[in-house]
Order: sequence, then C-alpha cells, then structure tokens
Amino acid sequence: MNLRESISVAFEGLAANKMRAALTMLGVIIGVAAVIAMLAIGQGARERMMAQIQQMGTNLLMVFSGQTRRGAVMGGFGSMESLTLDDAEAIAEKCPSVAKVAPETRNGAQVKYKNRNTSTNIIGVTADYPDVRNYRVQNGRFFTERDVRSSRKVAVIGPTTAANLFGEVSPVGKTITIKGIRFEVVGVTAVKGATGGFMDSDDQVFIPISTAMRRVFGLQYVRMIGAQAKSLELMDRANNEITDLLRKRHHIAEGADDDFVIRNQAEIIEMAGETARIFTILLAGIASVSLLVGGIGIMNIMLVSVTERTREIGIRMAVGARRRDIQWQFLVEALVMSLTGGLIGVLVGVAESWIIGKIGGNSGWNTSVSAGSVILSFCFAAVVGVFFGFYPARTASSLDPIEALRYE
Amino acid sequence: MIRLVNLHKTYRMGDIAVHALKGVSLEVEAGEFVAIMGPSGSGKSTLMNILGCLDRPSEGSYMLDGREVAGLDDDQLAEIRNRKIGFVFQTFNLIPRRPALRQVMLPLLYNPEASDLESKARAALERVGLGDRLDHKPNELSGGQQQRVAIARALISDPVIILGDEPTGNLDSRNSEEIIAMFQDLHAEGKTVVIVTHEEEIARHAQRIIRFRDGHIVSDEPVRDRLYARELLASMPAEEDQ
Repeated sequence: MNLRESISVAFEGLAANKMRAALTMLGVIIGVAAVIAMLAIGQGARERMMAQIQQMGTNLLMVFSGQTRRGAVMGGFGSMESLTLDDAEAIAEKCPSVAKVAPETRNGAQVKYKNRNTSTNIIGVTADYPDVRNYRVQNGRFFTERDVRSSRKVAVIGPTTAANLFGEVSPVGKTITIKGIRFEVVGVTAVKGATGGFMDSDDQVFIPISTAMRRVFGLQYVRMIGAQAKSLELMDRANNEITDLLRKRHHIAEGADDDFVIRNQAEIIEMAGETARIFTILLAGIASVSLLVGGIGIMNIMLVSVTERTREIGIRMAVGARRRDIQWQFLVEALVMSLTGGLIGVLVGVAESWIIGKIGGNSGWNTSVSAGSVILSFCFAAVVGVFFGFYPARTASSLDPIEALRYE
Repeated sequence: MIRLVNLHKTYRMGDIAVHALKGVSLEVEAGEFVAIMGPSGSGKSTLMNILGCLDRPSEGSYMLDGREVAGLDDDQLAEIRNRKIGFVFQTFNLIPRRPALRQVMLPLLYNPEASDLESKARAALERVGLGDRLDHKPNELSGGQQQRVAIARALISDPVIILGDEPTGNLDSRNSEEIIAMFQDLHAEGKTVVIVTHEEEIARHAQRIIRFRDGHIVSDEPVRDRLYARELLASMPAEEDQ
C-alpha cells in the first residue's frame, strides 16, 4: 500500500472517531506546547541574564578577597580580608593592560530622610566607578576624585532608593542620614534594571569609598576591586598582571595559594550560560514528560483501534496485505496523530510563549522561541508517534488472518 | 488447477492435538465448479482456509496453478491471495464506512504492479450490476448488494480461482439465488469456482459435490440433476430486490 493511501486511510480512521482522536492528540498538543514554552522561557531567562551581565561593565575583571578556609569549610568570596585601597591604586598604576580601577565596599545600613527611612546597600566607590560598571547619572552629578580624596559626605542614590525616600520630591541637594552621619545627595543614577537576581542595582546608595571606610563603617579592607581591561583581548593579560602584582604586594611565597580571587566577566558569562542551560534542560525535561504521557495516550488508543478493527485487518490480509503492509498502516495512523498533534502543539506553544512574554515580560519572564526548539519538539512528537505506535502496529500485523476474519 | 496430495492439518489446543484433516487428496481441474459439503467440524472450513492460502497444511502437498504453496512463507502466501485467489465470505467482510468503489479497489492497493485502480473497480462493480452504487457504503446496501460488492472485489485481480465460504449463508432465498447465479456466470466464463456450503440446494448448482466427514472425503460425485440459477430466478415471483 502506498503512502498516500495509508495516510488517507489513517485520516478516515481518525475521522470516524473524531472526539477520540482529538482527545488523544490533545495529549501530544499539550506536550509539544509545553516543551516549546519551557524552552522559550529558559532561552528568555538566558538572554536576560546575558544582558544583565553585560550591564555589569565592559571588559571587567573583579578581584575579590580570597576565601577563608577552616578545615573543610570554605567561606564565600571576600570572607578573607586581604584587599586594600592601596592594592587598587597599585593595580591602576602598575598594570599596563588595565584602563581603570574601581574598588568598592558594600555594607547594609538604614538611610533616613526626614521621617522616612529605608534599608539598603551603602556602596563605597571611587569617581571612576560609573565608567567601569556602566552606571549613568540621571539627575545631578556623580562625586569627583576630590570628593573621594577629601572624604566628603556626599551621596549618589539609586532611583528606587530615591523613590522610597523622597517620593516625588527631587532628592538632589537634600540631606540624608546614614548611621547618624549626614550626607548631601548630589545625584541620582539612571534606571538599570535588576541585575544578578539578588542585588538591585537601582536600590543602592553610593558614597566616596574613603568616607565609607574611615567615617561610616571603619573598614581597613575593600570588598572588591573592579578592573577594566583596555580591551577584550587584553583581559587575560590584565588578569595575569593583577595576579603577579597582588602576589608580590601580599608577599605570597612561590607555590602558596593566592589570597584573592579574580573573576573574569567572560567566565561569569560562561557560568551563567551554563546555569541557564541546566535550567532550560530541567524545564524542557519536565515538559517532555507530558509529551511522553501523550505518547502513551496514542499507544492506548491505537491498541483499542487494533482491537476494534481486527476484522478489517483480517479482510485486508485475505485480499493480499502482507504483515508489513498492516504494520505500516497502523504506524502511519499513529504518526498522523502525533504529527497533527505536534503541528497544533507548535502553534499553541508559540502562542503561549508569546503570551507569557507579554504578560510576564515586566516581571522577568522573558520568552524567546527559537526555530531549533520548534523543530526539536516537533521531531520529538514524531519520535513519540513512532515509538508508541510501533507496538500496536506490531500487534495488528501479527494477528492470525483466520482468527481475525472470524472476530466478532 | 488444484492438486492436494495426502493433506494433513493438526491443530494443537493445549495438550490435545485436533486432526482437522487426515490425509485429503483431491484434484480440481481448471474451469470446474465444485461444491464442498459436510457437517460442522468435518474439516471443510479448514480445507477452505488452506485452499485460500490463509493457512498452511501440517503435512502434504498443495499445488495451485502449477505451483507448490505448502511451504511458502507469510509474504509469499499474501501475494498468492492477492493475485490468484478471489475470496467471498459468508459475512461479506466489507470494511465499514468505505464506499463500494474503494472496497473493490482494496486488493489492487496491495499490488504494486496494479494500475488504473478506479476504472478497474468501476468495471468490476458494473459487472456485478452495481454500476449505480459506486459511492454507497456497506450500511447503505442490502445484504445481496454487499455480497455482490464482495464478489466484485474478488474478481478485480482476475484470479485463477474463486473461493466461496458459505457465500449464501446470510442471504434469503432470492438473494442466494442471485449470488449463486453470479458464480455460475463466472464458471461459464471459464473461472474455476469452489464453494463450501451446507445447503444441498446450493450445492446442486455446482458440477461436482465433495462430501467431508471427520477430516476425510467420504464421497466425490458429479451432480446429476444440476440446477441453473438463471432459470430458477426467471420462475420466481418478482419481489422488490433492493
């Protein structure tokens, strides 16, 4: 029997039981749509993550204090205190591949304005910080090198913080209090969007690092030094220069471990990409379970169909159908169901992803449907059809023609 | 046309072996019209299944149209059923919800060498007098019409032998006569026809009656006062046929 006849027979069979075929296909439709939507969500999350990492800065190397180690227990990055402001200055001066350096401290504190207050991160930075970390000032100005040198009590606040403290009032020129010390607000940063998931780059207060260390928090060490390489190509070299310099400055013996950690932006992108990939695989894996269940539905209904049409199988065999003709016929029927379901599922999945992106786009649920995910899930539906159609088709083809003809 | 030599068929039912055929030898010449009779369990259905290549003998030789078919595999048997045998069943065995034209076409769909499927199917239906029922589905046809569709299907591949397994068993007397008339017409055109029946009346339309009992042939005689369906039909009171 040729393919055209097989397909037309398959459609006849499905048309004879429209409700049944529709319900069976629904399983595949939901499965395929779920796989596409989950892949779209995963891909969307990945793209958003990448964009956020790019926002962190350009050609950025981040030098953290090393990890403390007590026996087998490792502290987090920066849990050991080893980096100083002098280290930052030395990097700026002695590493030829480094363009700019931005050391920072970070402490949580309550900030007050009149009768309002908010808890936020107080970040001590230098004047180069906005350049290195891609911040823009929307209102007023960022503080200058002179502000930093003379440890002035000026602050630049994030837009969220501004809204929390001042509401509609313009914060520039107003005075806020951090840990009982009065600061003049000189600027408000532009909206950046949440980065990194757990840090809100719009809800921060920047003050000169000298002020933060000496006057507010009493720190000897900085939390992190951001270093901007002169170009993407120079990132590795900058990394080596910083390592050599810091080892020398910290008097680390040959063969001993570094007391600092350098994170390269490229590395972070890679790590985040890996995380997003695992996340995507996990989501798609869960979704594909529903596609498998859809496949079981096909198998179930095909087995029913084989039983119902036992006599037809007998007739076909009596007029000369070979076993493989019968097997082919039922396999095609299962495939027609899974592919039709797959096709509808693709449409539903794309629509669903679009809707999720529309509704959830503002709250971080970006979606991105790729041609690859559509092809993948459609092929998966086809494989499911063949896999779950095979056994019923095999059952049909192995019937005894005489028994089948007598079947009531 | 058909030559059976010492044919045995044994079924296993659990531990019990059932001997359905116990050494049947038989020859049917080309162009003969043979009726096989016998009570149920006599082996006549088993013989029919073997003649129709739906089943294989346990032992013995079956030559059909000069070819030994006893040792062929499933695919080869399917090809013989497709090209050399036209089967007509008691229960018509049409596929539900298919129009007559596509019922009749069915054997050709399994023959890759076949061409002009539709025109052949139309010709076969016209030959059995159903040229105006091409698009009717089985549930829109009377029993007699359904059986005529089945005969058209059996004829379409131009088989060397037509087998009827109680072809009139589900029909009233007038429709039975119509169908048996069709078999006689085919025989008159030179086809070899073998039918199984338990009705003496029907069997007497053949040239030769072979009687079975307990897996043996008990008699094999020519029919003396043969019945001719066309004559009987002419003498029957006309009644609405459809």
